[in-house]
Amino acid sequence: MTRDTLQERLAPWICTIALLLFWEGACRGFAIDPFILPPPSAVAGAFVKYWSPLLKNAWVTLWTTLVGFAIAVGFGLLLGIVIGWSRVIYNGLYPMMVGFNAVPKVAVVPILIIWFGIGEVPAIITAFLIFFFPIVVNVATGIATIEPELEDVLRALGARKMDIMVKVGIPRSLPYFFASLKVAITLAFVGAVVSETVGANVGIGNLMLQAGANFQLPLVFAGLVTLAVMGIVMYALFARLEVRLAGWAFRSGMNASR
Amino acid sequence: MDALVALDDVSLTYGGAADGTLALDGTSLRIGGGEFVAVVGPSGCGKSSLMKLVTGLVRPQKGAVTVAGREVTGPVKIAGMAFQNPSLLPWRTTRDNILLPLEIVQPHRSRFRAHRAEYIAKVEALLATVGLAGCGDRFPWQLSGGMQQRASLCRALIHEPELLMLDEPFAALDAFTREDLWCVLRDLWEARRFTVILVTHDLHEAVFLADTIHVMSARPGRIVATRQVDFPRPRDLSICYEPAFVERVQELRQYIAGVRLA
Ligand SMILES: Nc1ncnc2c1ncn2[C@@H]1O[C@H](COP(=O)(O)OP(=O)(O)OP(=O)(O)O)[C@@H](O)[C@H]1O
Ligand SMILES: [Mg+2]
Repeated sequence: MTRDTLQERLAPWICTIALLLFWEGACRGFAIDPFILPPPSAVAGAFVKYWSPLLKNAWVTLWTTLVGFAIAVGFGLLLGIVIGWSRVIYNGLYPMMVGFNAVPKVAVVPILIIWFGIGEVPAIITAFLIFFFPIVVNVATGIATIEPELEDVLRALGARKMDIMVKVGIPRSLPYFFASLKVAITLAFVGAVVSETVGANVGIGNLMLQAGANFQLPLVFAGLVTLAVMGIVMYALFARLEVRLAGWAFRSGMNASR
Repeated sequence: MDALVALDDVSLTYGGAADGTLALDGTSLRIGGGEFVAVVGPSGCGKSSLMKLVTGLVRPQKGAVTVAGREVTGPVKIAGMAFQNPSLLPWRTTRDNILLPLEIVQPHRSRFRAHRAEYIAKVEALLATVGLAGCGDRFPWQLSGGMQQRASLCRALIHEPELLMLDEPFAALDAFTREDLWCVLRDLWEARRFTVILVTHDLHEAVFLADTIHVMSARPGRIVATRQVDFPRPRDLSICYEPAFVERVQELRQYIAGVRLA
């Protein structure tokens, strides 16, 4: 049992190291031009050499994404609850929300730049848009799918709509909420980076664009790795939070499947 | 007769008046205080609709529903309900699930925070009477189906309702567990003598538990027959095998078969 969990814990690290070794080996073995594909050692070198600009720009990307995220959680929860509140609002707005959710947010970036100009605002709004619609759609679904019998039990006791929301609807929608966050977080960095590439003079996206223009490919890759790491860390944070706040869904599901 | 629940010539239509489903038509029914009533009838005849009318979850288009001397215009609040699906909240422990009605219904709602310990003691006592002593800390998914149904029964009873509404509560259980729960319900009723309306498809269950059995016609439902069951109480499970009991069940079965064809 303990050995199993140890193996499970080590597995992701072993896989990552194996990939890096394979990459390094392929670069050396086939003598690939480092201007085309730099080996991990060169990328590591870029990290050492440019750690300060990498850190500074990564920080900008991170905070713009997080600000967009925070606004999206606030408004997304609110609108999700409103939409899940009544059948009529749900039927009226849900298709539209699904439609907005289907629009590639990256395609909106040029419009945002026209509206808000160059800078952090388009990046924040892009991240916001990427988080917002999945949160709304998932929270609304969680609330709208309360078992009618449970609702009857509570309504017969004189529960107001608000009671049912607080006691049942909102806790019930938490697993849906976290599911949407885990999908959105990886996309949110994409959005922020694209808008930085097109319309900003700071951020990881901008750094990578400049490095590419100067043929500093190891630095471009260092930027990519930074984004990947930030994505993994954020995902892990959300997964942690999910276990704490909505672990019941996980555990009951796990137990049922065993 | 001091009827706790009375339906007078009640009609209920779902959907539009013109093209809607007529679920109940001209249904009349009287249930005395402390009576144990079973309602049987073919599937889709409007039994669940009858429950919703009595608890005030839906309003009839025609006729009047009276509970405890007052016409029902909204949720009645003196009723506890349990269904075939226990529908416990998976994020709450069994104890917290059973506490839920107290967080909603008055006067408990405003006393809840201050008297939490007292309420928890009440839950523990109730759990013990249904054979779930010491299970309060478990989550619903850690309970078997029968245990969940016991917990659901506790949730329906925790605010000491005058009226207990049960809609096929034991339908999803295996035969042995079902008989256990019959006895749990029988003992709770013997001890407290609340009024029970039990919807069931199981005629043995109806005859074993009830004082009065109402038979409903196919949709649109109305009460077409009422049978008194006068086996002495408290009843033991062994009466299910006595000829008089089997005869009663047989008579009801034939009656319902006739109703379904009609
Ligand atoms: N919310 C609703 N909207 C529209 N029609 C409904 C609704 N609820 C019930 N009905 C219809 O009313 C009729 C009676 O339904 P009801 O649920 O009361 O039957 P039932 O006797 O409880 O059936 P069962 O024994 O299968 O549980 C059915 O024809 C059903 O289709
Ligand atoms: Mg029913």
